[in-house]
Amino acid sequence: MKLGRKDDLLLEVEDLKVEFPTLRGTIHALQGVTFRLQRRETLGLAGETGCGKSVTALAILRLISPPGRISHGRILFEGRDLFAASEAEMRDLRGSQISMILQEPKMALNPVIRVGQQVAETLLVHDKTLSRRAASERAVEMLQTLGIPDARRIARRYAHELSGGMAQRVMIAMMLVTRPKLLIADEPTSALDVTIQAQILELMKALKREINTAMLLITHDLGVMAETCDRVAVMYAGSVVEQGPVRTVLKRPQHPYTQGLLKTIPNDVAPDQPLFSIRGQVPSLLQPPVGCAFAPRCDQAMPGCAEQVPPQYGLEADHHVACFLHRDRLQAS
Amino acid sequence: MSTDPALPTLDLTEARRRRAEARWRYLKDSYILWRRNRLMVLGTAIILGLLLVAALAPLLATANPYEQILGDRLLPPSARHFCGTDGLGRDIFSRVVYGARVTLTIALLVAAISTPLGMLIGIVAGYLGGAMDEILMRLADVFLAFPRLILAIAFAAALGPGVENAILAIAIAQWPSYARLARAETLNVKNNDYIQAMRVLGAGKARIMAGHILPLTLSSIIVRMSLDMGTIILTAAGLGFLGLGAQPPMPEWGLMVSDGRQFLVDQWWVSTLPGLAILVVVMGFNLLGDGIRDVLDPRQRQA
Amino acid sequence: MGRYLLRRLVTLTITLAGIMVITFFTSLVIPLDPLASLAGPQASPETVERLRALYGFDQPLYVQFGRYAARLARGDLGVSFQTSRPVLKDILTYFPATLELATFAILVGIGVGIPLGVLSAVYKNRAIDQFCRVLSLIGVSTPVFWLGLVLMLVFYFKLGWLPEPGRLDIMLLEPTRVTGVLLVDSALARDWEVFADALKHLVLPASVLGLVGVAGISRITRSSMLEVLSQEYIKTARIKGLSEFPVIVRHALRNALVPTVTVVGLTYGLLLEGSVLTETIFSWPGLGRYLANAFLTLDLNTIVGGTMFVALTFCIVNLVVDLAYAFLNPKITYTES
Repeated sequence: MKLGRKDDLLLEVEDLKVEFPTLRGTIHALQGVTFRLQRRETLGLAGETGCGKSVTALAILRLISPPGRISHGRILFEGRDLFAASEAEMRDLRGSQISMILQEPKMALNPVIRVGQQVAETLLVHDKTLSRRAASERAVEMLQTLGIPDARRIARRYAHELSGGMAQRVMIAMMLVTRPKLLIADEPTSALDVTIQAQILELMKALKREINTAMLLITHDLGVMAETCDRVAVMYAGSVVEQGPVRTVLKRPQHPYTQGLLKTIPNDVAPDQPLFSIRGQVPSLLQPPVGCAFAPRCDQAMPGCAEQVPPQYGLEADHHVACFLHRDRLQAS
Repeated sequence: MSTDPALPTLDLTEARRRRAEARWRYLKDSYILWRRNRLMVLGTAIILGLLLVAALAPLLATANPYEQILGDRLLPPSARHFCGTDGLGRDIFSRVVYGARVTLTIALLVAAISTPLGMLIGIVAGYLGGAMDEILMRLADVFLAFPRLILAIAFAAALGPGVENAILAIAIAQWPSYARLARAETLNVKNNDYIQAMRVLGAGKARIMAGHILPLTLSSIIVRMSLDMGTIILTAAGLGFLGLGAQPPMPEWGLMVSDGRQFLVDQWWVSTLPGLAILVVVMGFNLLGDGIRDVLDPRQRQA
Repeated sequence: MGRYLLRRLVTLTITLAGIMVITFFTSLVIPLDPLASLAGPQASPETVERLRALYGFDQPLYVQFGRYAARLARGDLGVSFQTSRPVLKDILTYFPATLELATFAILVGIGVGIPLGVLSAVYKNRAIDQFCRVLSLIGVSTPVFWLGLVLMLVFYFKLGWLPEPGRLDIMLLEPTRVTGVLLVDSALARDWEVFADALKHLVLPASVLGLVGVAGISRITRSSMLEVLSQEYIKTARIKGLSEFPVIVRHALRNALVPTVTVVGLTYGLLLEGSVLTETIFSWPGLGRYLANAFLTLDLNTIVGGTMFVALTFCIVNLVVDLAYAFLNPKITYTES
């Protein structure tokens, strides 16, 4: 396995395109997603429902189920081309180097297998020398690390007997027990109560530090993102429109979509003022628009925006925007 | 970005247009699904074929199905007798053709009796609840405690041989499953906002049950009924075979198979060909039923 | 779990009582006079009347029902008009043969049906799926009596691969009766010739019934697997890096089999129905053929007793299936407690 150009670069996604053939035509779920993730970094993948965040996660793991297919692009993990890997090699990576936790923890756990066994299974799949007893022990330890009281007893429970927060801890345990290099978290707290949300996020941050994992956090909640992420990539209609350090993007957003998104947050709105919403609608992914996907709704649109897709231009340190407003800057390589 | 202070206006013609468009798209999708599903097309073709054969029987048959020509007993299939002749010299092809009428009549009559009966009992039980529900459902359970064919045989035996009694017997064995289904659906929609609104508006129980709940339960009953058609025909044929259903000289396919049993070794066509007709027709109904279920299933439409 | 079982037993008892009432009253509806046919066409009206008094048919309804119920409690189902033996004894004599047939058929159904259903779901829309769907369609659409005749024609009359209708070669003696199931009894007696012969005779009728079982079971397994395979926890299993085989067998199948268990119970009902027809064709001395004859000759006691017996076993099978379902699916018992 050869190392990439920068030692710290864990994941590179380049111009990823994914399509799903359906009854009415092909849905172009991803239309050229590009972003980078460093080791031990937390990158937030933000955007509205349907913009392609979950599809991106599945594509990284190469778990897009047919008839959906990855039609274009490259994904490099530790410098290694994931699309060139065999299925057996991918299976080695899944669960041991790259893991993912899903949104609804109680649905994501097998209802007829005890939860402790499910945590131990991840260990047993990737370490053939481990005995079942040892794996169970480590599973219980991991549950304890995740703050589950009376872990040994809980390990013998079934998924439907646990609360949402508890189930999510089990999922996290199941996915981190092998100490992967990358953890993808697809809306990990959206299905939980607000108070539990905070707990889980804190837990994830602490674990991340301890295991030295990088995290790709998918969410539509900008607040969560501000709290937990180092950098953020904003997605719209199947591509990344802006990415950079979280404080920079949130304080000085450069893409009109990001700007609009931040304006929708109801801070400092006088009681009698209407709430802001971006006019127009998200385009249909069946007929992807030519040119910039956001152009029809953009107040700063120029002629030419609707003709070509803007590449990502580099602003200062590591802040990229896919918008022709910045076409005088250097294109991101 | 400018804010949009104007409130959305309610445009009736626009709403109507959108609704009509949605309905049209539903029909179009249904058609596409139907066309794609080759098996369902085949099933529809078979059933249409059955209907045609039954309707045009006098034109299609090459001989009188009841006419016995004892000199021509047990002839093998030939140009004159497409399916050969049976033990009494009757042309089997013509009997099979006329048998389509018998089969179709039985199937439709059984459905016509058992479906409304089952729906009535099920909806009443589900909507009124309480003791009525308990009694009716216990009754249905008792009937369901018997395998359907055995129950039909029992009633057919009790009522006496004959195709009318067979129809009644099968219908008696069928109604409980429709009753349960109708009841389950009724329970589902009983506390709909829509139904509650009807109650508030003062509609009487009978009106609600007949006018509003019934249409809502209709689609799943129809699916079940089309899936059941095949079983009904098999049961009727089974009764005919056992001698409890249609009686000679009626050209019922099950009865014909039974008649041919004694000639099985040397004159295989007497039993085999009518049985094949049963197989094809039941297959057609099963394909059709599967197709109807697939089309009405909301999940299929998305993929 | 205990409370669930109790509730089901109560329901079962009520249902049985209902069955009793219905079968009793149905037998009264029979328009033809069985006694007249028993006595023969030459019998004088007095003879028929005497028979009537003998069998107690002249008493008022409630008395008849009361005596009927009392006899049932004693396990006395009356005497068969056909065989002149107690009905209960006849039933117990013939039931093992049907049981043998049905068990084989269910084993075939499960052994072939479940793997076919799984393969069908996993390789959806490919060759094996099409093949399975066609096979199960034919299985569900075939008249059992016709299939039996056709197979018998081909494999016995024309090819001679399989033996004649019946349970055992006429020249062979049955082993001492322990269970009534020939395979078991002959194995116990170490009579391997009889064992092999009984097995050969079993093949054809069991295959005919088995096809019906395969059709139903593979269908439900397929649809259940498809449902399960679209669930989130299957995605989780793949994310963990499991290869397809453990995903399907360890994670999906255990969930998918739960509805299949219910269908096995339903299939048993189908097999009972099918056995009436199949046994008639293959001259199999089982309960099905016994009942079919009873219906044709209006052997009252047998009809009533036999039908009730069938219903009873059907109920018990359903009860067992429900319990198995509750056992397999932790959610059911959880919500009950």
